[in-house]
Amino acid sequence: MATETGAVTGAALERTRRRIDPIELLGRFAPILVLIVLAVIFTNQEPAFASERNFWFLLRQNFVYGILAVGMTFVILTGGIDLSVGSVVAFAGMVGAAVAKGSNWRDVSNPDPGGTAVLLAALAAVAVGAGAGLIHGFAVAKLRVPAFVVTLGGLAAWRGATQVMSQGTPINTFSSDYRFWGSGFVGPVPVPVLIFAFFVVVGSFVLRFTTYGRSIYAVGGNPEAARLSGLNTTGLIMSVYVISGFLAGLCGFLLTSRLGAAEVVAAQGYELIVIAAVVIGGTSLFGGEGSILGTLVGTLLIGVLNSGLAINNVNPYYQPIIIGLIVVFSVYLDQLAKRRRRG
Amino acid sequence: MVQSEPARPDESSRPPLLRVERVTKSFPGVLALQDVSLEVHPGEVLGLVGENGAGKSTLMKILSGVYQPDSGEIILDGKPVVLHSPRQAQDLGISIIYQEFNLMPNLSVEENVFVGREPNSGKVVRWRQLRKQTTDLLDQLGVRLNPGAIVRSLSVAEQQMVEIAKALSLNARLVIMDEPTSALTDTEVTALFEIIRGLKARGLAVIYISHRLEEIFTICDRVTVLRDGQLAGELPIAEATPDRIVRLMVGRPLMDLFRPEEAERRLERLAQRSPAPVLEVHGLGRTGTGQDPSAIVLEDVSFSLRPGEIVGLAGLVGSGRTEIARAIFGADEYDRGEIVVDGQPIRIGSPREAIRLGIGLVPEDRKLQALVLGLAIRENLSLSLLDRLSRFGIVRLASERALARRMVDALRVRTPSIEQKVLNLSGGNQQKVVIAKWLALHPKILIMDEPTRGIDIGAKAEVHGLMHQLAADGVAILMISSELPEIVHMSDRVLVMHQGRIAGELQREEATQEAIMTLATGISAATETAA
Repeated sequence: MATETGAVTGAALERTRRRIDPIELLGRFAPILVLIVLAVIFTNQEPAFASERNFWFLLRQNFVYGILAVGMTFVILTGGIDLSVGSVVAFAGMVGAAVAKGSNWRDVSNPDPGGTAVLLAALAAVAVGAGAGLIHGFAVAKLRVPAFVVTLGGLAAWRGATQVMSQGTPINTFSSDYRFWGSGFVGPVPVPVLIFAFFVVVGSFVLRFTTYGRSIYAVGGNPEAARLSGLNTTGLIMSVYVISGFLAGLCGFLLTSRLGAAEVVAAQGYELIVIAAVVIGGTSLFGGEGSILGTLVGTLLIGVLNSGLAINNVNPYYQPIIIGLIVVFSVYLDQLAKRRRRG
Repeated sequence: MVQSEPARPDESSRPPLLRVERVTKSFPGVLALQDVSLEVHPGEVLGLVGENGAGKSTLMKILSGVYQPDSGEIILDGKPVVLHSPRQAQDLGISIIYQEFNLMPNLSVEENVFVGREPNSGKVVRWRQLRKQTTDLLDQLGVRLNPGAIVRSLSVAEQQMVEIAKALSLNARLVIMDEPTSALTDTEVTALFEIIRGLKARGLAVIYISHRLEEIFTICDRVTVLRDGQLAGELPIAEATPDRIVRLMVGRPLMDLFRPEEAERRLERLAQRSPAPVLEVHGLGRTGTGQDPSAIVLEDVSFSLRPGEIVGLAGLVGSGRTEIARAIFGADEYDRGEIVVDGQPIRIGSPREAIRLGIGLVPEDRKLQALVLGLAIRENLSLSLLDRLSRFGIVRLASERALARRMVDALRVRTPSIEQKVLNLSGGNQQKVVIAKWLALHPKILIMDEPTRGIDIGAKAEVHGLMHQLAADGVAILMISSELPEIVHMSDRVLVMHQGRIAGELQREEATQEAIMTLATGISAATETAA
């Protein structure tokens, strides 16, 4: 019931009378079942897999995918796509790093001053990301260029901008203040994982309970009906690219902080894994259907799978093949469920 | 009357081309067809009628090999056949012409007719032969069409002809047509009927599915009625009356569809009070469509609408009716003229502004323009008034549910739950959801574009009842309709459009079907200028 809003009261009785199609049910719960099965298998092979330490480790490995996937869910719910996220992460990360280090940003022997400089770096990264998203959104919603094309352009252009700015050399050496956001802990919990959790909760709440969230589903489900119902469809479509860009900017900052370097090749190819996570989580590429919780499951599934392949000493080069197959299979399940419903 | 049965010895003696024998088909949670039997003979047109959800589409999909029946038999030429795929049905001579055509818009007529089966020598298409075979087919049909024309540039009626030519080229012996006239003008319908008669004369069998009873009487030899997935009855057309068919379809006598006495009462009330207009349109004009920037879409359209009044807007498809509706609602731009709401001249730039001014629009195509099919009834109903149902941007689910329950009850939407996806509702119930959505907003002006298109008779009567009630409550209704009886019986006044202009206005007592058609086809204008 991941896509239903939390109808608790009288609707419970009504719900039992609704038709339930086994295939549709399977499609809906397949990701979580697979996730559990994988976790059980890997724990059998390596008991440490189920340890608390590994749990946090796994989340920390995947927080960038996870945060990006939250933004991507918004975009895909409107029937769009954002291929630019990886490049925006790199560019925003680079700008943030440069802002923190000021005029000596090429200096690898001295770190940034820390304190408010870090705050400024985060703000700059987020602003760059949101700005990139605004440009994408404008081109998609106002100029009516297909999202695939706009963000494919973005994928190339923002990576290029990163190369131009860095001239091929990474920005290194940061203060401990800077490193805290990506590498620090609060108790046992990694800081970036807390940030990830925050956006999962907020994203989920927005989509389920706000008028904005409802409007996103409507625009994705039927843009013309949404417009004729009085929704500002242009603004709504623009907004999801801003959200995606904003989160990509934030990830740029967090990833630099985590790695201790702003690199030209940072987050390269992330768009595919992020889109895979969203799609595996049951969000329809045609828009209008899906949820953040599904996306969370999709992200974890990919994370668990990667980790499990490592346990089994599978060559990591095989990983994209497996993810590719899972994506195609989950979209197949979605299509199957749709075809079974009678129009 | 019963003794006159032997009057059709030809039919009973000749073996049927196709027999459907006690076919049953169920889907998860629904029994779509139960023990349905029918037969159709060569050279016969069989009408297939039933309300939405009666099982017509399922039956059609079984005959075309899309679905396989759970039980029962299909007998073709006396031999049981199993139809595994549409391709196989086609090979056996069964062709279906769906409401949405299966044509490739960017290819030419001839390429579409022979797609995948072009005459060739080796790998090369023999274009001259292709042209000749297509021309022959079109000639046989008596259709004047350029075989080289690109399908996208053809009218709906012409595209339909291409579909029929394609069926003939496949040596079809049974042609099934699903609501073939839903997008055709009256002249085009007449032309289609000529072609169907031609098919009949050549010994083809036709199954004709339609909601329009008058067409059934014009073209069919027999009529089979489905109700709730079962066979409700089967009549030769000579014994059928509209009342009998409707009784079989809905299981009760034909109630008065329009309740014209409501309109009479309303006219008296309007005459007494003569309220000030709530909407005035002055000299509205628009030039240019996506395809042709110089085409005149609307020209000098002026009219007014008073509270508590139902004004009919008639005209042929493409005459500008829908464009007026969309211009007033802010869905399309207009270049000239003025719109006045409550005495205030206003430029309406978007549907959002229109809604704020108290204007509602029930669009002509509920699935494409009005509903988000994947969302629940509740979520569809609240879409236009999310602002009112929320606090700090958060939807108040309790109020939303209460509203949905109230509207579902008030309009008697048949559904197990307000959480049901709109996708799973029948056409009539979907239309009620669309109307309910606007009622919940309490509009002052409600524009209804084809309010009862494609919905069954029972639901039609209910929608008409609602319209009367709304008007009685003071809502001004502008009703666009292609169904002349609906226009004639529901409207207090009728505006008739012709080529983007209002060709004339008829008072209720003047508004006969003939008078409307005369204006709509532009005949009167032509004779006036001639005189």
